Amino acid sequence: MSDNSTMWIWLHRLASPPGFYRFAQALAPWLYGVAVPLLAVGAYGGLFVAPPDYQQGDAFRIIYVHVPAAALSLGIYTLMAAAGAIALIWRLKLAECAVVAAAPLGASFTALALATGMLWGKPTWGAYWVWDARLTSELVLLFLYLGVIGLNQAYAEARAGARACSWLALVGVVNVPIVHYSVVWWNSLHQGSTILSLDALRHPHISSDMLWPLLLTLSGFFLFFAAVWLRRVQNELLAREGNARWVTKLHERSAGTH
Amino acid sequence: MHALLGPAWALFRRELLLAARRPAEWAQPLVFYGIVALLFPLGIEAQNPALKVFAPAIVWVGALLAALLAVERMFRGDLEDGTLEQLLLAQAPAPLLVAAKFGAHWLLTALPLVLAAPLLGLMLGLDPLPVRVLTLGLLLGTPTLMFTGGFAAALTVGAQRAGILLPILVLPLMTPAVIFGGGAVHAASSGLPYAAPLYFLAALLALALTGLPLAAAGALRNAVE
Repeated sequence: MSDNSTMWIWLHRLASPPGFYRFAQALAPWLYGVAVPLLAVGAYGGLFVAPPDYQQGDAFRIIYVHVPAAALSLGIYTLMAAAGAIALIWRLKLAECAVVAAAPLGASFTALALATGMLWGKPTWGAYWVWDARLTSELVLLFLYLGVIGLNQAYAEARAGARACSWLALVGVVNVPIVHYSVVWWNSLHQGSTILSLDALRHPHISSDMLWPLLLTLSGFFLFFAAVWLRRVQNELLAREGNARWVTKLHERSAGTH
Repeated sequence: MHALLGPAWALFRRELLLAARRPAEWAQPLVFYGIVALLFPLGIEAQNPALKVFAPAIVWVGALLAALLAVERMFRGDLEDGTLEQLLLAQAPAPLLVAAKFGAHWLLTALPLVLAAPLLGLMLGLDPLPVRVLTLGLLLGTPTLMFTGGFAAALTVGAQRAGILLPILVLPLMTPAVIFGGGAVHAASSGLPYAAPLYFLAALLALALTGLPLAAAGALRNAVE
């Protein structure tokens, strides 16, 4: 019983704005510190060490940016929807900030995935864009993100706006499995799952000397996203809680040291 | 059971009565629909076979835009005169009342569009079978549209600076319906089986009818509190 209550106390502290701010302040530099080397080694491996593809030559190397960006575009939406559900059920300020902070990040990664996909498509498929299931549903995902961003800015009151965004995120999460399974359910020009499916995890559709830089950039991008998300949530908390005592104390402390 | 249906029916009836007092307002989407759909043949030469290929897209997008015009008004009047709060305070579950409101608006706004669709389809050069498939597709797709539009209206009614946000929220959510609706008509035009896209439209409708009233009621509660 006492173990249970210490865990709850810790969780309550973490979910409070000043508690989370301290947690993020401590964690974010470490996440950046691991992400940047992962990305650097992965980029070097992907550009120089991995052998050229027998069909695509060097054009395939954009996979080391495209696949992490696409995986993140879906992952961030799922996290945003989960944070939205938490915000609506438990009315946590922190969860509301998490939803609002995640939307521009998700939109950026979706746009990056679409742009790198278009650049990859031109030499390999002969077209920048085709209206197949995967590309169309990913474009819809971008519009859903932009809708969340726009909806938040349309509200004058921050908490109500964040809750409205949570509802929108929950309804739109239907699109995430559609994007992921679009290559399975429909005849798509876009290739099937290379690593991110149950079958592919056991028998990857990519040779291991091309796979290891991909795993490095994938984890590097995820950790980078986590670090940026923590910072954005901190900013959001400061913006909303600006008049609270813990913020003024923080400001005094940092002003005092300079 | 009567405790649930009574308030829902009362709300449904209220929407129809309010519309009956201002009939011109409710004819506007239909007129807009007709004008938009008939502008397209003027842009291409009327005998061009390309018109037949674009016809399902023109009819569907025209219906989407026409319905969006009306959806904007769905909750604004109620928020201003306090009816929305009464709706949320009622003993009957809010999602049921919201669904009744969406249903009434479908009857007023979207059903005329569905009934006008065969005429527009024929005028845009479609053959009789594709026209039937088009109408059936719209019959299945327009309730999804009204429920999605209503959900977006519930989201934006609490927003002070919504602008053109409502269509931006609705249209991405409606892309599957447009894809399946158009796909069904194209299949019918080519003599291929057209049942599968229609079943998908029905599945989207089932999802919309059950899930969206809950989300819309939540969004309305957020707007009022």
